[in-house]
Amino acid sequence: MSDSAQKDIDVFIAASVSSGTVVLVGAVFLASCVEMVEALTIVLAVGHTRGWRSAFEGTGVALLVLSALVAAFGPALVHVPLNILRLFVGGVLLIFGMQWLRKSILRATGLKAKHDEDAIYEETVATLRATGVTPGRDRIAFVLAFKGVFLEGLEVIILVITLGTSAHRLGLAAAVAAIAVVLVGLCGVIVAKQLSSVPENALKMSVGILLVTYGTFWSGEGLRVRWPGGDTTLLGLAAIYAVVTWLFVLALRREVGARRIGTNA
Amino acid sequence: MNDRPSVITRLIKGFGQFWWDFLVGDTPELFVAALVTIGVTALLSEGGHFNGAAIVVLPVLAVLALASSLLRALRFSRRK
Repeated sequence: MSDSAQKDIDVFIAASVSSGTVVLVGAVFLASCVEMVEALTIVLAVGHTRGWRSAFEGTGVALLVLSALVAAFGPALVHVPLNILRLFVGGVLLIFGMQWLRKSILRATGLKAKHDEDAIYEETVATLRATGVTPGRDRIAFVLAFKGVFLEGLEVIILVITLGTSAHRLGLAAAVAAIAVVLVGLCGVIVAKQLSSVPENALKMSVGILLVTYGTFWSGEGLRVRWPGGDTTLLGLAAIYAVVTWLFVLALRREVGARRIGTNA
Repeated sequence: MNDRPSVITRLIKGFGQFWWDFLVGDTPELFVAALVTIGVTALLSEGGHFNGAAIVVLPVLAVLALASSLLRALRFSRRK
């Protein structure tokens, strides 16, 4: 093989690796941010209303349980045959990604109410105020903080383990998720209130596109489909899904607009 | 007699409920569509001669699934 041909192959492999990594990092980071904003809203509402001790205890125990789950199931997944793992992960990501994309498109077009962190915060505060404070440990506050962090964290962990294991980059995926959690946590400390200013729907739409992209790619890999260009196909799929999403938003906005004119006439 | 289910029962129920909400939730059509998409691609890729078709069919079926789910949501909102 000539030197120039070898050089071309090296450049192609480097491009494939970096494009796969960029999509992986983007998907894990954005998904972790979205889920952690939701968890933080609940923890802040609990902390402000019932005191920080129970809020921190609930958060801490949830993080411990989540860590134990990662330690138990993360390494075990490495032993599952890669094709089966990728098919399962691809299927899960395809379903989950389409759900996120659908929800964010409906919210962007006004067919579904936007996820309002302010409303969730107020609702949680009202619920907590309605229940009397018990002496000693605040069980309700603990359970609420635990559930908020555990359920949102579980979604992050499923994404980190599935995306990370299938791409053979579990360490990178975990590190990116940890950075996202710390960043969102720092934002929470700085603003010390609900995170309604975070453009959650735009984030959710981006994550939806990336999850459907990975879902398509890995379902195919699991079924031994040979994608032209290997990992670089991820960028092409992401571009196609982004354009399709944009077209869906435009079409639905036109439909909703026409309906409003019809109602007012 | 205590009628409350045991901790194990509640854990199993909670675990099942989590995965049901996670994968099916209020959009069962997307769950079914993903299974159909994977099934059709599996049939195409099984022969080994239809790799090109599988590459096209997989994303196209995913887009169609999303479109049909959005149309369902639109129809539902019209009824309200």
